[in-house]
Amino acid sequence: MSGRVLVGVKRVIDYAVKIRVKPDNTGVVTDGVKHSMNPFCEIAVEEAVKLKEKKLVKEVVAVSCGPQQSQETIRTALAMGADRGIHVEVSGNDYETLGPLQVSKIMAALAKKEDAQIIILGKQAIDDDCNQTGQMTAALLDWPQGTFASEVTLDGDKIKVVREIDGGLETIKINTPAVLTADLRLNTPRYATLPNIMKAKKKKIANVKPADLGVNLTSKLEVLRVEDPPQRQAGMKVETVEDLVGKLKELGKV
Amino acid sequence: MNVNSFLALSRAFPRGKNRLVCHAWHLEKQALRVQQRRTIRTHSRSLAYAKDLFLGQINKAEVFPYPEIGSDELEEVKQFVAPVEKFFNEEVDSAKIDREAKIPAETLNGLKELGLFGIMIPEEYGGLGLSNTMYARLNEIIALDGSIAVTLAAHQAIGLKGILIAGNEAQKKKYLPKLASGEHIAAFCLTEPGSGSDAASIQTLATLSEDGKHYLINGSKFWISNGGFADIMTVFARTAVEVDGVKKDKITAFIVEKAFGGISSGKPEDKLGIRGSYTCEVSFDNVPVPVENVIGEVGGGFKVAMNILNSGRFSMGSSCAGMIKKLMELTSEYAVSRKQFNRSLSEFGMIQEKFALMAINAFVMESMAYLTAGMMDRPGVPDCSLEAAMVKVFSSEGGWICCSEALQVLGGLGYTKNYPFERYVRDCRILPIFEGTNEILRMYVALTGMQYAGKVLTGKIKEMKKGNIFMAVNMAGKKLRTSLGASVDLGLTGKDGVVHPSLESIVDEQLVLKRVADVLINLYAMTAVLSRASRSISIGLRNHDHEVLLANTFCNDAFFKNNYSMVQLQKHSPENNDASIKKIAQAVLENRSYICSHPLERTF
Repeated sequence: MSGRVLVGVKRVIDYAVKIRVKPDNTGVVTDGVKHSMNPFCEIAVEEAVKLKEKKLVKEVVAVSCGPQQSQETIRTALAMGADRGIHVEVSGNDYETLGPLQVSKIMAALAKKEDAQIIILGKQAIDDDCNQTGQMTAALLDWPQGTFASEVTLDGDKIKVVREIDGGLETIKINTPAVLTADLRLNTPRYATLPNIMKAKKKKIANVKPADLGVNLTSKLEVLRVEDPPQRQAGMKVETVEDLVGKLKELGKV
Repeated sequence: MNVNSFLALSRAFPRGKNRLVCHAWHLEKQALRVQQRRTIRTHSRSLAYAKDLFLGQINKAEVFPYPEIGSDELEEVKQFVAPVEKFFNEEVDSAKIDREAKIPAETLNGLKELGLFGIMIPEEYGGLGLSNTMYARLNEIIALDGSIAVTLAAHQAIGLKGILIAGNEAQKKKYLPKLASGEHIAAFCLTEPGSGSDAASIQTLATLSEDGKHYLINGSKFWISNGGFADIMTVFARTAVEVDGVKKDKITAFIVEKAFGGISSGKPEDKLGIRGSYTCEVSFDNVPVPVENVIGEVGGGFKVAMNILNSGRFSMGSSCAGMIKKLMELTSEYAVSRKQFNRSLSEFGMIQEKFALMAINAFVMESMAYLTAGMMDRPGVPDCSLEAAMVKVFSSEGGWICCSEALQVLGGLGYTKNYPFERYVRDCRILPIFEGTNEILRMYVALTGMQYAGKVLTGKIKEMKKGNIFMAVNMAGKKLRTSLGASVDLGLTGKDGVVHPSLESIVDEQLVLKRVADVLINLYAMTAVLSRASRSISIGLRNHDHEVLLANTFCNDAFFKNNYSMVQLQKHSPENNDASIKKIAQAVLENRSYICSHPLERTF
């Protein structure tokens, strides 16, 4: 058992920023816009660091796929307590079309290369809301998955995961190695304190190319158009249930 | 030709200047052939950019190009800014801090853990070891809450600064680590009930014990930030010293631990703004302080105090800029969505003016603050006290006006506690008062500059009298150049541009000094924006054309304001109301009230 945890972190537009669609409708404006680590990825990093602090795992490795700026996100993970980072360089067109399928292939390849025991990811990214990478990674590796985790407990060579599902909470026990995806209530991520940021400067970030991992980045998806959601229309007030049914029939909804 | 008769000639024949020009040219050419160009310096060169403005000299090399930090440092700064911003957005409840007049312990702990209590303390003592520039950058965010900003500044910008800049190795090793982590909090104790601006007149006494091992400090200090809970205080007291066999009382700086005993503090003052900051009276009753705790030399305390205060001032520029930028975001949201007369507020000229004002002010403050920080970060110990004072004066007044205008945009809503604007206005009001009142700083700027200019010019005159022909030619050439350009007889300078000896009484001419200081502050501000905008254009920063617009608008405005001040300074200028102002003030103050008869009064 290597005791190594791989944590995926994604650089996304900051949650507080007002998103604007590009005039040519090919995407959203990212130039000069504030970016930060995906909030669910922060929770994932926090969980990994907590496991290390409890001495249940030996090493936490932060991974990010993207252009040069992704290194900032890895540095934040290092400042939160990760031991080292891996930056998978993806830029230009490849980056535009990078999606869960490509990332999960990369994560699977890295898991094998680094002999990882656990992979922790955020349940979804706040820019594309895919909620697929964790599941795909597990499938590619043929590992069990504990998704939407709101509680993680290591029990020998098994992991007990409490999952937040539509009906409530579900508890499962899975073997290691495994893939976990973090949900909101798993933990409260710590602040990267300034002294820790300074210490993190000494930690290493390795540079890897997808080709080195034998991963093909071609996407099977093509974005045709991105537009703003339609403006909210004003509502209508009705007096009785009959009026309501009448109006719904009028609008062709019933 | 003897220089003195040359001078006599030039005085006797003002109209003969032209003839003398030719003669001067000739001589200059000869002199050039004979000797190398040599500039006279009356004292060693430190970064005296602002001081040289008083001599009509712009040392371009010192302010162009705009200071830059390495890309590594920039990466680091960006990394630092993110968690601090996050903390202030999520964990700091400014309304609660203001309402309860207290910073919650969890918030203080969070700040300590972030490392914000030791920003400039070197890494070897447990701090972050950041430069002045980084400190200024972090202050942009910390300033979002006035109480926290003041608490942190009282701790590290002045409270422990003395140990940092004037302390010895033993003192640093002993005190800095716990101060850096925030385990101990520092305070700066100079002001007394009877000594505010007049810091040299403090009465707190430190008497040496019989065994010569301790000083006993007695006295009381006032307006001490962090006074109620500080563990380590920098205290200034009078000590007896012998200067050339004469016994004198000079101020000495001491590191005083609360643990020494004998220190008591009063209840926190109920203030208009920065209500979360603990400000109170601190009394010292026979507090024993070991002699090892003297900072610097015995009797050298005043200088230590001035150095401490000068080194922290510049950051007010970036603090105010950070605050104004936040206000611009909040206010513009409102101005764009609020509609009156079927148009949004943002379409009205007077509202637009307010946004331009805020943008220009933020731009100038940022530019000045980082220019000064960049100067201070250069190797050596540059003296930027003048520049820092100018930044402080401009930023405090600009900040106050912008806060008020931001509130105005929101009208009645801005006036309520439901919005943060009234709190920003109240928090801002302290800025022109503390860290050296703006009145004192204006005097400092004007007088220091004049003293410097006076020394340099007096030095030049001395050289001329010795017969240095080249000096004379230089002076005449300069005088000619000024007279060919616009020349204003300020009534301050006599012949050859010498500062007139009658100016010994200039110290009392505050209204004159105020105008001189205002002109200088505007000049420095203009330098800063021009330097910054030039760099932005040359490297192609995003929105650099907007920067050019801001820079030009400001310089235009400042230029005319300066001209008006200069006009008012002219001898017997009709624009100058100073004599009348003095008369009015005298009458009012004699009577201690308004003296006019009521308009409804009758005499018959």
